[in-house]
Amino acid sequence: MTRLVLDPTSELAPAQRARLPRLASLEGRRIGLLDISKPRGDVFLNRLEARLRERGADVARYRKPTFTKPAPSDLRQEIAVQCDAVVEALAD
Amino acid sequence: MAESTRIPVLPSGLVAVVKRECPTCVTVAPVLRDLAASAKLTVYTQDELGFPEGLAPEDDTGLSVSYHHRIETVPTLIRVENGVETERTVGWHRGDWEKLTGISGLGAGLPEWRPGCGSKSVDPEIAAELAVRFEGHKLASRRVAIAELEDEAEALFARGWTDGLPVVAPTERRVLAMLAGTTRAPDEVVAIVPPDLAPATVEKIAINAVMAGCLPEYLPVVLAAVEAVCTDAFNIHGVLATTMPVGPVLVVNGPICRRIGMNSGKNVFGQGNRANATIGRALQLVVRNVGGGRPGEVDRATHGNPGKLGFCFAEDEEGSPWTPLASDFGAAPGADAVTAFTGEGPRCIVDQLSRDPESLARTYAVNLRTLHHPKLVLAFDCLLAIGPEHSRIFRETGWSKADLLARLTELLQIPGSELVRGAGGIAEGLPESVAGATLPKFRPGGLLLVHCGGGAGLFSAMIGGWASGAVGSAPVMREIRP
Repeated sequence: MTRLVLDPTSELAPAQRARLPRLASLEGRRIGLLDISKPRGDVFLNRLEARLRERGADVARYRKPTFTKPAPSDLRQEIAVQCDAVVEALAD
Repeated sequence: MAESTRIPVLPSGLVAVVKRECPTCVTVAPVLRDLAASAKLTVYTQDELGFPEGLAPEDDTGLSVSYHHRIETVPTLIRVENGVETERTVGWHRGDWEKLTGISGLGAGLPEWRPGCGSKSVDPEIAAELAVRFEGHKLASRRVAIAELEDEAEALFARGWTDGLPVVAPTERRVLAMLAGTTRAPDEVVAIVPPDLAPATVEKIAINAVMAGCLPEYLPVVLAAVEAVCTDAFNIHGVLATTMPVGPVLVVNGPICRRIGMNSGKNVFGQGNRANATIGRALQLVVRNVGGGRPGEVDRATHGNPGKLGFCFAEDEEGSPWTPLASDFGAAPGADAVTAFTGEGPRCIVDQLSRDPESLARTYAVNLRTLHHPKLVLAFDCLLAIGPEHSRIFRETGWSKADLLARLTELLQIPGSELVRGAGGIAEGLPESVAGATLPKFRPGGLLLVHCGGGAGLFSAMIGGWASGAVGSAPVMREIRP
């Protein structure tokens, strides 16, 4: 006899979105650097900013309120509108 | 699968529900024939269409009428006006039947009173099947078929729905029985569960509670626990994602603990109590199955801890010298409540020689200092579980919960020079800037006291927390609603 059970999951399928094409050059592009608010993340990102500027990129800095929670949607939207690419940086 | 979603409307006039198997129904058959002669009477029979003789009864062998109109006893006599029931009586009682029908002199020669029999629709052997037949349509979840030759337990493992231990198959029958444990509607959204931010309905939580092995009476606790952890303050997303070995720890307060048989005594954090074991497990299955939070995926724990299968216990309120934990978070006195704390596994604090509260407080302080690292402060909360043989010392000397917390706060003021990086030959620690300061081990409100454990053993236990407060997770209390 076939037994029926009820699906315990959310029954949601994640939307699949294609990645944006890779930037051909950093020259004149605006790169967002997102600090996740872990200790010494700034050390890494400061260095990254210097290297990006050397290669002609414009850099904008952002920061999550806390590393333990996903970035607020307003912050994600802000980065998406203002930047051509983003680097989300870990730390410790 | 649901057979009928239509609720049969009763015809106006008098309605009787009977079965031949019931001697009282056989007794009142002549009365029904008399009523049919003088009033509009519709008789439904649950077993034999030929009964009662001469009345051409309606067929309720499928029990739809009996189920939907909640017939518990046969005979049941109902008065219906314009399709709405206005009065009913069960069994045979001459006075009640005469009052309901407005006809006197019924059943001459019959005894005054005869009790009825159980309705077929409440027969325990088929009641669950009827619930599936008539209520199954209320379950919105996808039905998944397990093939005849598939092993049920293995099939559930194979679909990725378990925490590594076998689960109870969430059949329609079991889930409907589970839903009887709450008054909340199956489609009510209880919480949005991270990390997938998926809505958890009462039904989805009930399915996972079945799988965890819960009884229906545990469901309100599970619902409150899901509500508590799926808050911004508790932050189950971060608790799940962290590399630290923590998970939700549930403390249950109130009369419900005794009512559903929870353990607050011997082996309180251990195995062997169904309610403790399955309520905590149900919450974690909701996070896994509804929220999509799975180990190795969003769960990045370095070590984890065995309590992540489920960690739930009751506070021993009767034996406690103090107010319950939930009241520290605003629960009404005597309320049923669950408090969710982000914690690792419990660690024993031994003190078999202290007989005064000052000495015992000092034992707690030196142990609490070591939480996660003796040189790290203000970063982690702690749930300190006081055992009965320790709490006796505070009771006998009149130390309140506030007294003990105040003394521990004093004892846990630590010179910054001991905490800075390099101090003690240990690189871990705080920046040099705090060297001249004195810092407390815990943030205000970061040390919680709960009373539990067996009556023998001069022990307490500490359950270390995680990134505390607004940065990470704060304890969250929710009152338990029926």
